[in-house]
Amino acid sequence: MKNDALFEYCLRLGDTSLILSQRLGEWCGHGPILEEDIALTNISLDLLGQARSFLTYAGETEGKGRNEDDLAFFRDEREFRNFLLAEQPNGDFGVTLLRQFLICTQQYFLYQELSNSKDSSLSALAARSFKETTYHLRHCSGWVQRLATGTEESRQRMLDALDSLWRYTGDMFDTDELEKGLIKSGIAPDTDLIRKKWDTRVREVFSEASLSIPENVFQITGSRQGRHTEHLGHLLAEMQVVPRSYPGAVW
Amino acid sequence: MNSTEWPLWEVFTQKKSGLPFEHAGCIHAPDKEMALLNARDVYSRRNEATCLWVVPSGAIVSSTPDDMGSFFEPANDKIYRHPNFYKTPGANFD
Amino acid sequence: MKNLTEQEREKKFQERIDRGEIIEPKDWMPERYRSQLIRMMSQHAHSEIVGMLPEGNWITRAPSLKRKAVLLAKVQDEGGHGLYIYSGTETLNISREELVGEFLSGKAKYSSIFNYPTLTWADIGAIGWLVDGAAIVNQTALAKCSYGPYARAMVRICKEENFHHKQGYEILATLMKGTEGQKAMAQDAVNRWWWPSLMMFGPSDKDSPNSAELMRWKVKRFSNDDLRQRFIDRTVPQADNIGIKIPDPMLKFNETTSHYEYGPINWEEFYNVIKGNGICNRERMKARRAAHTDGRWVREAAEAYAKKQTAKGIEA
Repeated sequence: MKNDALFEYCLRLGDTSLILSQRLGEWCGHGPILEEDIALTNISLDLLGQARSFLTYAGETEGKGRNEDDLAFFRDEREFRNFLLAEQPNGDFGVTLLRQFLICTQQYFLYQELSNSKDSSLSALAARSFKETTYHLRHCSGWVQRLATGTEESRQRMLDALDSLWRYTGDMFDTDELEKGLIKSGIAPDTDLIRKKWDTRVREVFSEASLSIPENVFQITGSRQGRHTEHLGHLLAEMQVVPRSYPGAVW
Repeated sequence: MNSTEWPLWEVFTQKKSGLPFEHAGCIHAPDKEMALLNARDVYSRRNEATCLWVVPSGAIVSSTPDDMGSFFEPANDKIYRHPNFYKTPGANFD
Repeated sequence: MKNLTEQEREKKFQERIDRGEIIEPKDWMPERYRSQLIRMMSQHAHSEIVGMLPEGNWITRAPSLKRKAVLLAKVQDEGGHGLYIYSGTETLNISREELVGEFLSGKAKYSSIFNYPTLTWADIGAIGWLVDGAAIVNQTALAKCSYGPYARAMVRICKEENFHHKQGYEILATLMKGTEGQKAMAQDAVNRWWWPSLMMFGPSDKDSPNSAELMRWKVKRFSNDDLRQRFIDRTVPQADNIGIKIPDPMLKFNETTSHYEYGPINWEEFYNVIKGNGICNRERMKARRAAHTDGRWVREAAEAYAKKQTAKGIEA
């Protein structure tokens, strides 16, 4: 039972990194300037590395012989546990960077706390991921500031991005019984604590960027139960098409 | 076309602490912070650096080929500045 | 050098080249040397950037997470290589913005290999093995060219590009050990990429207008045909090794010369693709123009932000 919970928890961590990496990968070759193209791909690569580690560990925990690829390519929409925010389409560079900032801030505090997990594998993975995420956060916080205060056009685009993304932020802190159990046993960090830290940091960066936190926005949740937005299905169809067309093949 | 080209920066990388900084190449960036991040993302994708310098390209002052003779030839005849100028029979100085 | 006539300067320049000296940005150089280098280097840089597109087409569909990571890193490297070469070109007193402008307007060219489509996963293997393999042969030669910044960029690029070549070959080798469907996919990809890879070296030197001059300046060190031969000689045994057939019925090893002889190259196809009639010419240009246009507000915002910070006395 405890292993089932740990398996599920690893999927939540791995899937968010995987789906976000997949989205950032779509930018490769299409960035606003060469340097930034390269920077976004670095982040995508780090996230992919995190996803592979967490999914591999998920497979080991499950004990049914599934590896990272079985989990990435042969699960359906309803079995994915990534945040709804991660699967949202790239939109313009502003949407991508704001999405990155909102998730990255969550990952930053999550990994920081998770590196004290009683599960030694999780704590080691979290410690490594924390270093990567520290850099990502510096990169995307800077961009939020630049875009929100740069030109009139860039500011308007950031306001639009905020309007379209904010309703998915609550989903990142939706805690179910399973997670509460893991928190109690010292494996997962307290979601409320991470939420508080996230909230403080987002307010800080927003205030520097003269952005205000949207008030009274209805929050759409569901990732914990695999209830996604329509975007995930298309993303998976593309991501999974080759292995599913050649069952049993080795690549 | 309106110019939106960011300024050019020279990037120097240090492979390990204690080693000298070497010129790695250039990047474009709008400000210091971005210059540092871009330099990191472009020039240390394979662990090539443990420390980075970025310098606005315009701040580099270089000697010119015309200076070559007057700058560097005078050092040519000062062979006594090199250790192999000296005979030190039998003694080990290494 | 101040009181010399143009002709005397050119003579001294040529003597430096003949002695094997390397030319640096601030050295005197004939205007034609400079403009030829700009043409060649920027074409090379644009090719790296356009080259991100056909492979980028498969990042979201790579069949395993390991392959996805490798491909992402590889396509990113191409971007880095483009950037290194642009930096090298900028030492010739031309901005990247001007270079990119000439490319987006269609005035500057890029390697026509990237106007071919990537249809299956095996194409990623074939590109790594053949296209990067050909590029390495070319770039290894350019690493000894007479212009310092270009040569140094090539050294760095060759070091990085070795893994590109190997990962492509590994993809094909894995497919050739797989199911019948996978083997067919691999063979089909090589059938489509073989001849365009040979064309990457350019037409025979007698039909190549710039070759003689570039050889005299040691910008080019070997003829197109020599490099093509070198590529074929090293590639054919690799194909045999994994059971891939090279799609050339006339290909055979000549014991006397120790070289492979190969069939005629369809140069009509080559010139056609250069003229814009490749399957993907329009898509590639469209994608690059879109990235440039859609990114303008981002570049402007960062610039405006930097100016505001400076005005506030906060050096960002």
